[in-house]
Amino acid sequence: MSHSPYLRQARSVRQIMLHVLIALLPGVLAWSWQFGVGVLVQLGLATVTAVAAEALMLRLRGRPVAMYVGDLSAVVTAWLIALTLPSIAPWWIVVVATLTAIVVAKHLYGGLGQNPFNPAMVAFCTMIVAFPALMSQWPAAGLDVSHQLDLIFGGHRQLDAITAATPLDALRTGLREGGADARVAEIMQGSAFGAVGGAGWEWVVAGFGLGGLYLLWQRVITWHLPLAFLATMAAISLLLWGMHPERFASPLLHLASGGTMLAAFFIVTDPVSGATTPRGKLVFAGGVAFIAYMIRSFGNYPDGIAFAVLLMNICVPLIDMNTQPAVFGHKRGSR
Amino acid sequence: MLAKLFKFHGGVKPDSRKTASTQRPIAPLPLAPQLVVPLHQSIGGTPRPMVAAGERVLKGQPIGAAEGPVSAAVHAPTSGIVRAIEERTMPHPSGLAAACVVIESDGEDRWIEREPIPWQSMPGDELRDFLRDAGVVGLGGATFPSHIKLRPGDKPTHTLVLNGAECEPFITCDDMLMRERAGEIVRGALIMARMLRVERVLIGIEDNKPEAIAAMREAAREGVEVVAIPTLYPAGGEKQLLRVLTGVEVAAGRRPVEFGLQCFNVGTAYRVARAIDHAEPLISRIVTVAGNVEAPGNFEVAIGTPIDALLAAGKPLPGTDRILMGGPMMGFALPTTTAPVVKGTNCILVGDPTLLPPPPPEMACIRCGTCAQHCPADLQPFELYWYGRAHNFGKAQEYHLFDCIECGCCSYVCPSNIPLVDYFRYTKGEIWAREREKSAADSARERFEARNERQEREKREKAEKLAAKAAATRQKLADKEDAGDAPAAPATSPAEEAKKALIAAALERAKQQKSQVRPRNTDNLSADKLAEIDEIEARRTQPPGATIEPPESK
Repeated sequence: MSHSPYLRQARSVRQIMLHVLIALLPGVLAWSWQFGVGVLVQLGLATVTAVAAEALMLRLRGRPVAMYVGDLSAVVTAWLIALTLPSIAPWWIVVVATLTAIVVAKHLYGGLGQNPFNPAMVAFCTMIVAFPALMSQWPAAGLDVSHQLDLIFGGHRQLDAITAATPLDALRTGLREGGADARVAEIMQGSAFGAVGGAGWEWVVAGFGLGGLYLLWQRVITWHLPLAFLATMAAISLLLWGMHPERFASPLLHLASGGTMLAAFFIVTDPVSGATTPRGKLVFAGGVAFIAYMIRSFGNYPDGIAFAVLLMNICVPLIDMNTQPAVFGHKRGSR
Repeated sequence: MLAKLFKFHGGVKPDSRKTASTQRPIAPLPLAPQLVVPLHQSIGGTPRPMVAAGERVLKGQPIGAAEGPVSAAVHAPTSGIVRAIEERTMPHPSGLAAACVVIESDGEDRWIEREPIPWQSMPGDELRDFLRDAGVVGLGGATFPSHIKLRPGDKPTHTLVLNGAECEPFITCDDMLMRERAGEIVRGALIMARMLRVERVLIGIEDNKPEAIAAMREAAREGVEVVAIPTLYPAGGEKQLLRVLTGVEVAAGRRPVEFGLQCFNVGTAYRVARAIDHAEPLISRIVTVAGNVEAPGNFEVAIGTPIDALLAAGKPLPGTDRILMGGPMMGFALPTTTAPVVKGTNCILVGDPTLLPPPPPEMACIRCGTCAQHCPADLQPFELYWYGRAHNFGKAQEYHLFDCIECGCCSYVCPSNIPLVDYFRYTKGEIWAREREKSAADSARERFEARNERQEREKREKAEKLAAKAAATRQKLADKEDAGDAPAAPATSPAEEAKKALIAAALERAKQQKSQVRPRNTDNLSADKLAEIDEIEARRTQPPGATIEPPESK
């Protein structure tokens, strides 16, 4: 016999995941509009791999396969992986990345709800450490379909003509090559940069931002995580830019390039591996933004969000434990 | 006047589904031929039965007297004959039985003689005793004896709150009572306000009951304010309502009265007015019948009426798969419908798989925190769930498991369909069981230690006593020897001496005992009886061998 409450009006996990997938669409569309179909191929590869791996792992673990595959959480992970990899990376990169996420980061830790680390970020970090060269070849705008497919599925890669640096990469290289004389303003005259962020990437960033607003509107996420993430990123880049505008990029560039928007609304908002209390969310997302900025500006990788997320994932139990909200009847003033 | 309202955290907005049962006025339910009145119908002591099987009772006659400081009387709901006082199934999820007075109605429904009481001139204690003896208890669900809450606290009470929120879906008994009997509710509120010496009465009603609000405003008097509050489950929780109306957050483990507040259900106020003005004890109440029924509505039901009789009036439709007592958020499925309506019965909800769909399969918690966003107690239900599952009871308590009011909001919104409240009930039960076990083990250990200590002490005392006695005997012997000028006794060890002394002392005691005349209860017997006893005594004192003589007829 079941017990009260006998009514439920829950949005299922599947519905939540569907909202996330819908929210990703504007960014995906902008991406394929600016940089061709590669990203769609990667999304397809990742989705198929993720669903197959999820089903296999569920079967091996003796869990109901249809029920858990149907929750679409693996598809969301797959899409996030595909959207963090270069869209002209060889096919096996995305396959290995997705397998790493689903098999290792998710199921070996106990499956949905049990993973301490964000699976998509585990996959990204594994790939960038293992294949740094392949992971930094991004498509140049206007690359045609056959060329993209050849790059993904074909053999030899003639790269210079077809790849372009991402804005953060261009900035880093420019600063390094220019030495003490380098000026951010001059570097940003380069072809990699658009009006505010990276050329073409501005649209993708706007698409992810739009999707993020959709998630807020649908109450899939609360404002705490994205706002803390974006505000911290803006504040710290404003501080350093204000002190040395010739050495550090403006807050606008930091917000409008790299994975900032994707991270703010889709990565740090992963509930399983993130902090859960309202104050904890602020600490968590702020911490991710801070570490990401430090890696971007002072580290060896062009973008550091993935590492920052994993580092903050480690801190989640500590953050949650120390940010528990006051319980009714235990608040100050109620004594 | 528009009162400033406050908010409590979280809450949910289930479809209220209250219209179906408010389409017709409250109807009296015909008397059942047999009424089963449980003695224990309130929190606290079980009333003592005041009648015996076969006795004739009148309507309103007390049949159970309040027992202990927290208790309230129970009464015969109609006139008739007491058939039995026996265990009957209670309307409780366990389906367990408890002592009930079974009354067979004589159909006359004849009242006991009633006298209105001069309540305004009565001392407070007498008035409270009167309400206790009228069986008035909280009708909002907790059935706490009302007279206790009507004692003014150490700190003056400033506000009396009437709870007319009725936030659970389907339930409309308070709604209909407020629509139809607003005057008597206000009257009861004014009586209680006077008893508590409060100057302000607030009546909180969810704004999905405009008719009730209008009727109550119409009936309101000076000092009584009817406040429409936002419809948000569980606004009818006592502490939630007090928070909404006054902004006061009653601290955990404390009572509203400590904050100058007191809160009663509107139904309770109505019963207070009936008791005071008409000397009418609590022998009936309004019960909603709703859900999958042909004739949903509210009925005035005699306490002790079988739930089956109420269902007959509501006419369940095909497809019914369970009967709940209470609402869908906090009610429970009745194991049997033969159980009686009791003072705490506010609603009989007839369920079918469309109204109360079976829960979808439970999935893994994704820590989304939706439960925490809706918890009116500001808890983190998913954390409690993880700790409960891991049997980490210490952590569960640290995260305030016992502040959970089991309102069901968390289960209601959980995207993974986890029956969170079930987990919390289980965890609470486990913790209670462990505490009971621990305290049982503690007292056993204490008993054991006390016993050991006592035995040690007795041994020690005995040894000391003996040693003292031995010393005294030795002294005596020494004195004797000194006096008799006898040769010095051979040197013996002190132990041997003590032993000797002991033997001497024992012999002395035996001698003394023998010489004492043993009392016998043979003083008023006849001479030949005495002779007979002597003969038996003689035989008894013979050496054992002699008693076993072969029978003479060899």
